[in-house]
Amino acid sequence: MDKASSLLRVENLTKRFGDLEVLKGVDMTLDRGHKTAIIGPSGCGKSTMLRCINYVESPTSGHIYLDGELFGEKKVGDNYTHMSEKELASQRAHVGMVFQGFYLWPHLNARDNVAIGPMKVAGMGKVEAHELADLMLDKVHMSHKADEFPERLSGGQQQRVAIARALAQKPKLLLFDEPTSALDPELIGEVLNVIHELADEGRSMVLVTHEIRFARDVADRVIFLHDGIIVEEGSPEQIIDNPTHDRLRGFLNQIVEH
Amino acid sequence: MKDFLGVYLENWADWGPQIYAAIWVTLELTVVSFFIAVVLGMLLALGKLSPVRLSRALCTGYIEVARGVPALAILFLLYFGLVPLGIVFDAFTASAIGLGMSAAGYIAEVFRSGIEAIHKGQREAALSVGMTPIKTFRHIILPQAMRIILPPLLNMVIILLKDTSICSLISTEELMLRSKDLAMMSFLPMHLFLLAGVIYFFLAWPMSMLTRRVDLMMQRGRRQTFSVR
Amino acid sequence: MQGFFQQLLELGGPLLLGAGTTIGITLASLVVAIVLGLALALIRIMGVGPLNWIINTYVEVFRNTPVLAQIFIIYFSLPYLGINIDPFPAAVIGLGLNGGAILSEVFRAGLNAIHHGQREAALAVGMTPWMNLRHIILPQTWRITLPPLGNYAIALLKDTAVVSAIAAPEIMFWARNLVTSTFETTFVYILAALLYFCLSFPLARLVEHFERKQRAWQ
Repeated sequence: MDKASSLLRVENLTKRFGDLEVLKGVDMTLDRGHKTAIIGPSGCGKSTMLRCINYVESPTSGHIYLDGELFGEKKVGDNYTHMSEKELASQRAHVGMVFQGFYLWPHLNARDNVAIGPMKVAGMGKVEAHELADLMLDKVHMSHKADEFPERLSGGQQQRVAIARALAQKPKLLLFDEPTSALDPELIGEVLNVIHELADEGRSMVLVTHEIRFARDVADRVIFLHDGIIVEEGSPEQIIDNPTHDRLRGFLNQIVEH
Repeated sequence: MKDFLGVYLENWADWGPQIYAAIWVTLELTVVSFFIAVVLGMLLALGKLSPVRLSRALCTGYIEVARGVPALAILFLLYFGLVPLGIVFDAFTASAIGLGMSAAGYIAEVFRSGIEAIHKGQREAALSVGMTPIKTFRHIILPQAMRIILPPLLNMVIILLKDTSICSLISTEELMLRSKDLAMMSFLPMHLFLLAGVIYFFLAWPMSMLTRRVDLMMQRGRRQTFSVR
Repeated sequence: MQGFFQQLLELGGPLLLGAGTTIGITLASLVVAIVLGLALALIRIMGVGPLNWIINTYVEVFRNTPVLAQIFIIYFSLPYLGINIDPFPAAVIGLGLNGGAILSEVFRAGLNAIHHGQREAALAVGMTPWMNLRHIILPQTWRITLPPLGNYAIALLKDTAVVSAIAAPEIMFWARNLVTSTFETTFVYILAALLYFCLSFPLARLVEHFERKQRAWQ
């Protein structure tokens, strides 16, 4: 992997919440068009790691590089300083994130949820933004509900709108934070299908998930995170089909396959 | 600054005893009007929940009026407005009744929502084991409603304490009036009104802290109740 | 009968004049209280270190002392510092400062009621915190805080009666004047109470309407 061409580079990421050290030095690289899945037991830090990538959480130490550029920090001489909120916002615009809790904005209908980002962040005109929103909603098969408000949508439908919202950013990278963990079983499929379609399009993704079979289908690299460090990483066949590490084997045995 | 505080030391012999007496009147007024408000409020709440339509109408009407008219207007009515009709109250009595009648409107609603919050099924269960409606109320409804009712009730005490200051406007000898009189006589309004403010603060603030703690305790209790089920 | 209606008109006139002042004071104080309360709530939430402590103290002081004391301090003590002030502005400042303390808590609760996830989603699409506030948080806060805001407005309306003590020409002030000149004590004070009720009743119904909408919206 040529470091210069990689889309995402995570260097020695640590994160501490008060006394609790959740991430203890994590490194990761993602090339353009590749998909990495992060799996691991609850509390191992995988969500935290994802959230540090687009600085929704600020890392305690370590550096993030997006497309070769330092993310969330500025380097002045030998010192690193935090970016201002404005600078950070413009960087975040290039990274799309889909949350476990969807977090659609309840006072806006589906179309406006998708359109407001392009309008207010990219400065797009209302008509243009609405057209883009309709296009994105079509991509996630939610065109028929474009005028509905989130409270009238099922969990699966809300999550798909959330995916459309992230796509509207025309992001370089998509981050999925356990996108189906909050869904009823019968609704998981529709969301996984959409993510699969996006993966087939060649999008760059980092996917934190409990759905092991799905991770194997979609990802070209799997990372097993345990207790804040990467215990094992490799191709899906290596990690999921032929786990060598004891802890990884134990973890996979515990997971109920859908 | 030192001169400012010095004024207090100079006048303390004169002001001290008067202020002290006035504080007691304020506290008495708070307690008495609270008592009136609670008793009246409970009756109004029960009246509003009664199956008798007239009772519901009258109680609802009273509550609406009490919540829609300033306490001061009620005080003026009681102290001045009833005199031509032959009813003469002294200032303290008029104040206590006036504040009590005004607060009763709010307390009635607090009681009512507390009582209604108890699931109907519990009442039915109590009746089916043979309890009378009164026993049901005493042993099942009220103990649980208390949890919901206590914090707003305590809050009402603080509000009444502050409202006693209004009674100065109908010449009740409480803290606000005493401060104003002394201020006028000594030409030191800033000192006296600040002193009054400080006293009110240290009377009300502990109560506020207590109310907040009780509120938190009540929340915790409610969560425990759910987990038992 | 004719005499009754004539009396009603004689007494009603000044009282309605007072009502105008009452409404004026209420509206002016309400604006001050909302602006102040919202600003303080936002500062509190953003957490600007020492400022939080100052705001907390301000809120505690104004919530634990009577409005009348606050108004007296402003009206009677300011002249001694060289500032001469009229009853109307003194009333608006006093009531406004008092209301600001109360509403800062209301707005703080309203702002906190909005799930943190929505803010995260806003940041994730590239909005700045300010944009998040403007497009996501505040539009929803408005809806949540409308009922307590309405209840505060009613309480404020009733509190204006108290400013008669510094001779602001509102309802109670005119009522007392009328009593002194006409001796129709009972009638005047009943009329005054009625007038307040007429002003607060529509507000109370409005609040009820919004409370019902709130519950449905949840």
